[in-house]
Amino acid sequence: MDVQQRDVGEEEYPDEQEQRPHAQKLARGAGTGKHALLVDAPLRSLRAPLVFVMPDLFAARSQMAMSLAFHIIFAVVGIGLPALMVIAEYRWRRTGEAVYLDLAKRWSRGAAILFAVGAVSGTVLSFELGLLWPEFMKQAGPIIGMPFSLEGFAFFTEAIFLGIYLYGWERISARAHVASGIVVAVSGAISGIFVVIANAWMNTPRGFTLVDGKFTNIDPLAAMLTPAAFPQTLHMTLAAYAATGFAVAGIHALLLLRDPTNTFHRHAFAIALLVGAPAAILQPLSGDISARYVAKQQPVKLAAMEGDFVTMRGAPLRIGGIPNEAERKTPYAIEIPKGLSFLATHDFNAEIKGLNDFPVNEWPPVAIVHIAFQIMVGLGSFMALVALIALVLQWRKRDIITIRWLMMAIVLAAPMGFICIEAGWTVTEVGRQPWVIYGILRTANAVTPMPGLIVPFLTFTALYIFLGVIVVWLLYQQVLRSPTTNESRPNRARAA
Amino acid sequence: MTITPAIAIAGVVMAALTFYVLFAGADFGGGVWDFLASGPRKKEQRDVISHALAPIWEANHVWLILVIVLLFTCFPAAFSTIAIALHIPLSLMLFGIVLRGSAFIFRSYGSDQDAAQQWWGRVFAIASIITPVLLGVCVGAIATGGLGMTSFSGPFVEHFVTPWLTAFGFGVGLMALALFSFLAAVYLTVETEGTPLQDDFRTRALWSAAAVFVLTFGVLALSWNAAPMVRAGLVAGSFALPIHVVTGIAAVTAIGALWTRRFRLARAAAAAQVAFILWGWAAAQYPYLLPPSLTIEAAAAPSRTLVLVLWALAAGACVLFPSLFYLFRIFKMQRSS
Repeated sequence: MDVQQRDVGEEEYPDEQEQRPHAQKLARGAGTGKHALLVDAPLRSLRAPLVFVMPDLFAARSQMAMSLAFHIIFAVVGIGLPALMVIAEYRWRRTGEAVYLDLAKRWSRGAAILFAVGAVSGTVLSFELGLLWPEFMKQAGPIIGMPFSLEGFAFFTEAIFLGIYLYGWERISARAHVASGIVVAVSGAISGIFVVIANAWMNTPRGFTLVDGKFTNIDPLAAMLTPAAFPQTLHMTLAAYAATGFAVAGIHALLLLRDPTNTFHRHAFAIALLVGAPAAILQPLSGDISARYVAKQQPVKLAAMEGDFVTMRGAPLRIGGIPNEAERKTPYAIEIPKGLSFLATHDFNAEIKGLNDFPVNEWPPVAIVHIAFQIMVGLGSFMALVALIALVLQWRKRDIITIRWLMMAIVLAAPMGFICIEAGWTVTEVGRQPWVIYGILRTANAVTPMPGLIVPFLTFTALYIFLGVIVVWLLYQQVLRSPTTNESRPNRARAA
Repeated sequence: MTITPAIAIAGVVMAALTFYVLFAGADFGGGVWDFLASGPRKKEQRDVISHALAPIWEANHVWLILVIVLLFTCFPAAFSTIAIALHIPLSLMLFGIVLRGSAFIFRSYGSDQDAAQQWWGRVFAIASIITPVLLGVCVGAIATGGLGMTSFSGPFVEHFVTPWLTAFGFGVGLMALALFSFLAAVYLTVETEGTPLQDDFRTRALWSAAAVFVLTFGVLALSWNAAPMVRAGLVAGSFALPIHVVTGIAAVTAIGALWTRRFRLARAAAAAQVAFILWGWAAAQYPYLLPPSLTIEAAAAPSRTLVLVLWALAAGACVLFPSLFYLFRIFKMQRSS
């Protein structure tokens, strides 16, 4: 296939925030080789044998999904953990309690391990954009390269000051050291925001005019101000703090259930909850902003999220259920009348577009998107509820460490933030299919002509599984295990 | 030569690549010397390498990300061709990058058990050797003009293997490995000031300088048939003579300074030598980004993107260079221990 000449679209793209034209004649001339299969025939009918008919596209998508799913965990902890580490050091500088220094050092060790793996897996991703989707990068690079360039500098700053923080304890002043930690935490968050802005553009592409299938009149700044940018970056940044905070709080809650007087775990738990709980409480509000944006900008994604096959006024909210694309129904769901119309538009009788309003070859895989969305909302709501209860009790001066059921709920919530993040990105990414640039370029037309993609997919998967196991083991060794030989456990230390 | 935005950004890409080679390259070279650690001070050699790398290797690594981001933002046509045709060596290189970084951090923060430490040290060292060779293979493939294809239909080997699997490519790969090892050894002589280790690394620096010398001429010989355009530029281009002269002066200065134990001078001269070799390649290839036909201008993104990126680079540099200076001042200029 001639890579240089693939055509991405025919019609001029309206630069307004109007709903995307659905039936663009994008398929025309879009594939002259084996990928033409996928473009010309309805995608739906190929879904089942996709693995066999299109192993390369499937392998490329799997490799990208696996790489992102792996990297996102490290990226998120790279945003959240420096915040914990700086708070602990600040407390140590203020109070002189050695247990805080212990915590800052432990968490900085965790940050070092996770940042290193995050940095190298992030490097893999920046190459994979081209290795797997060269046509996408060729078209989109000049438009969304801007946030990636800015992210490069934020990431640079983060790497530099993490080095200073980790190895500079004895080399720079106390104030400079705390400041370095703050720079790490802030630049980590900023670099995450820039990357999410690039992704937002794929959902709501802006900042160009499409003429004869080519992007012209490119405006990278308008592309960065795309409507999806604000809801997505807000939701993801909060998610990073909520997930990291709850994961750390949950692990220390588990250790406190066994050993409630351990000051090390008590302080760790308190700081982690301080970071995680407010974010978890704000997250449903940011979710509401996201839902209304999706309803307006990507109605077909919303329909898939809700398993909503039929356009109607006063659409119900479905909780649970398993969408059946063949029968166009979502059975086994609890339906809350008019709930969806209200949540998506804040109007009980608003019309919500169902999947029936869209050609079948523009549907994302409905069941995956719906179920992932249910997981995210369900677990996220649980976290928000637990966070709210914990904060109210804390505010009433109750020692929540002694409230066993609440501590158990926090333990249960420990992995939930990360599950939510994986599920949420599944909704975003799978929900955008079959497009890589929503409404403009199909994923199938962006994939590399390189054959045998199953090989890199399997190799990188094996590598990442291996690294994942090592990292978990190291974190247990270096970060979570109770200290055995220092002042944070004065009673036992004296006894020993 | 008029400086257009595209030329300016191509210059920035080359500058970022130069920084990557001078800093991260030396980190890879450190892995080579970890692998080849020998003699009575074997353990001390490894410790000083690890100590030298730890605070800075991640920051050094980011130069590569900057190169890639600038390529896909500003030269998307070249980036997509490189990503397709060099899929295999780039994937292998990434594999090496992931293993090198992870193994280094696992060793630094790993268990205290010697067996596990040694195992990760081995992985770190081997990945540090393989990755530069693959990087050189990719650069070599670009220089040959083998990425001039516009279509990827047809035999697998012809499109995805032949362009990079050449003697010239591996020659460039080995040369990169020798250059990185040379840089690392020279830098380490400064870091081990006043200890017996300094002699160890001085010897290593001199041997690797010899390897660089041999490989440079070997690669030039191979380029005769393999990379005619770059060879023509290197031999007869308008920049050729001055660049060869300054590279030669830098090389002789580096060796002379090592010989006479003026290690700081050696460090500066070695860095200059390596930088001039890189820029010599760039000058020989100019104005082509991907020989034989894709020029910098033809591969460039629309000018609005280029101008914005230049502004972003200027703003980013205002944050980056002071930060980098601070990092290196803390860890490299006031060494006491």
